Amino acid sequence: MNRLQINDVSVIYPGMNGGEPVRALSDINFTIEPGEFVVALGASGCGKTTLLSLMAGFIQPSAGYLTLGEHDNVEGLPRVACGMDLNDQITGPGQDRGVVFQKHALLPWLNVVENTEFGLKLQGVSKAERHERAAHFLKLVGLEDFHQHPVYQLSGGMQQRVGIARALTNDPKMLLLDEPLGALDALTREVLQELLLDVWKETQKMMFFITHSVEEALFMASRLIIMSPRPGRITHEFKLDFNEKFLECRDARKVKSLPEFIEMREKVLAIIHGDEQEGGMH
Amino acid sequence: MNVINQDAAIVASESVESAVEQAKPVMKPLKPLQRFKALFAAGPVKPGDAFGAPGQGKSTMISVVTSISLLLLWAVSTELGWIKPLFLPSPFDVVARFWEVATEGFANATLLEHTGWSMFRVFSAFALAMLTAIPIGIFMGVNRIARGLFDPIIEFYRPLPPLAYLPLVIIWLGIGEVSKVVLIYLAIFAPMALSARAGVKSVAIEQIHAAYSMGASRWQVTRHIIMKSALPEILTGMRIGIGFGWTTLVAAEMVAAQAGLGFMVLNAAEFLVTDVVIMGIVVIGIIAYLFDLLMRWLERKLVPWKGK
Ligand SMILES: Nc1ncnc2c1ncn2[C@@H]1O[C@H](COP(=O)(O)OP(=O)(O)O)[C@@H](O)[C@H]1O
Ligand SMILES: [Mg+2]
Repeated sequence: MNRLQINDVSVIYPGMNGGEPVRALSDINFTIEPGEFVVALGASGCGKTTLLSLMAGFIQPSAGYLTLGEHDNVEGLPRVACGMDLNDQITGPGQDRGVVFQKHALLPWLNVVENTEFGLKLQGVSKAERHERAAHFLKLVGLEDFHQHPVYQLSGGMQQRVGIARALTNDPKMLLLDEPLGALDALTREVLQELLLDVWKETQKMMFFITHSVEEALFMASRLIIMSPRPGRITHEFKLDFNEKFLECRDARKVKSLPEFIEMREKVLAIIHGDEQEGGMH
Repeated sequence: MNVINQDAAIVASESVESAVEQAKPVMKPLKPLQRFKALFAAGPVKPGDAFGAPGQGKSTMISVVTSISLLLLWAVSTELGWIKPLFLPSPFDVVARFWEVATEGFANATLLEHTGWSMFRVFSAFALAMLTAIPIGIFMGVNRIARGLFDPIIEFYRPLPPLAYLPLVIIWLGIGEVSKVVLIYLAIFAPMALSARAGVKSVAIEQIHAAYSMGASRWQVTRHIIMKSALPEILTGMRIGIGFGWTTLVAAEMVAAQAGLGFMVLNAAEFLVTDVVIMGIVVIGIIAYLFDLLMRWLERKLVPWKGK
């Protein structure tokens, strides 16, 4: 089974306009287990996007390394000693990691189905197979009747559906989602939260999902990480199962109003507002 | 599911449009004076327009009235002899001259021949510029070496008036057809290359990142993302470029031309045939305008997503 491992990773951005260098991430150690839905929550500027960019391979760490593969990393040992394949190291973007952005990432000169099968086309997959796979994932996100629509005429929610279908069509090992629902209205947002959980259940992929919304984070996460800025670190970690509860009962409102949920929400809000000063991992 | 709601929203917006259409006949009929005033009114803020946006409202009617008034003023002032025909001939003289030059010709060539030569020069320069400036502009956008090479050259000559380097072009290339086309070409090249480069710079980084995450190579990103994304700006650059082409035409035809609209105008000016001068200017203006309309149509066809 594939897992993503982040080993002693730091990222230091050079200061802009001669300013101080920014320590965006400091000594991050973290593993995303097979099939896990990890949600990162934190105020803006705490390094969430930086962490996702590292996983996607858009940037390289200043120190440490990331791997995506089937090998285990034993803490404290160099990775060669752990028998880790060097090929597992993330050195750049690749089709084994699908990325969904907040917006602006669809190609407006292509229609819905062309956007969805774009990656397969680049890889030279035959037209028939492309269509079949794109159709499968468009159906999964509820867009089976919109194949020929120009994407720039779709609503924000539908554009994000296309973005999700497009990332899945490449059959990546994991999905990286940077505030994918951040620009949507509250109603559409809730519908897409449920859709993403369905997609997760259906495909069993690892998910790394960034959000600003505490409620969204609690609802979606198998594991929630809370980050804090200057320097960017993971300060808290919680194992959660509200997503499983939803997938059983299919009633999001009910799950979101469970006493455990509300208690957890207050706890996380307190952490974010700095009321809980102790820091460290839970 | 929610899609159906979204779908319903699209259907709903259509039914809103039809509701607006149905609502129209209900409006009270206007009195003649009111109707006249309404022609010039800004009009109510339509759905989709922003109230209070700078310059909001219709201006077509005002433009039409301005044009007609200017033409009338021209006709009246010349027909009544307020202005000597040497300075400004009457519009009727110009039309008569147009017919004469079209059938009998002026300066050893008919109007069609003059127009043909000028269009040949401008459009061959335009085609050459398209073949070179667009790839070079894109290349400047995606490659730092290309940018370093071409940047100083383009930035240096771009602000120069074509008349300033015309003598040099003649010394190098002679007084034949080549130097005329090259002069126009140079005028078109800079704005077209810079637009293509700006187009490359305007690509959303998310689109590029998404493509890499789908396994695209560098070349595929350039070919499938950057060149497509830059298309709106490239088309704008083509429109600006052809405009520069027409502006430079007269300068290019100053030297040893046998025919051409610019040559015709200059030649007529030498002999103080003012009506031919005006006629030539109007013909150049009309051709340039028609081509601009064509480009705008092309823009709507090729990049319907522009600004969305
Ligand atoms: N390209 C960059 N150059 C310099 N500093 C950056 C750059 N990108 C992000 N930063 C800084 O790094 C910190 C973390 O940014 P980011 O990862 O975008 O945070 P988040 O996504 O949590 O809002 C911020 O302080 C930000 O200003
Ligand atoms: Mg961010």
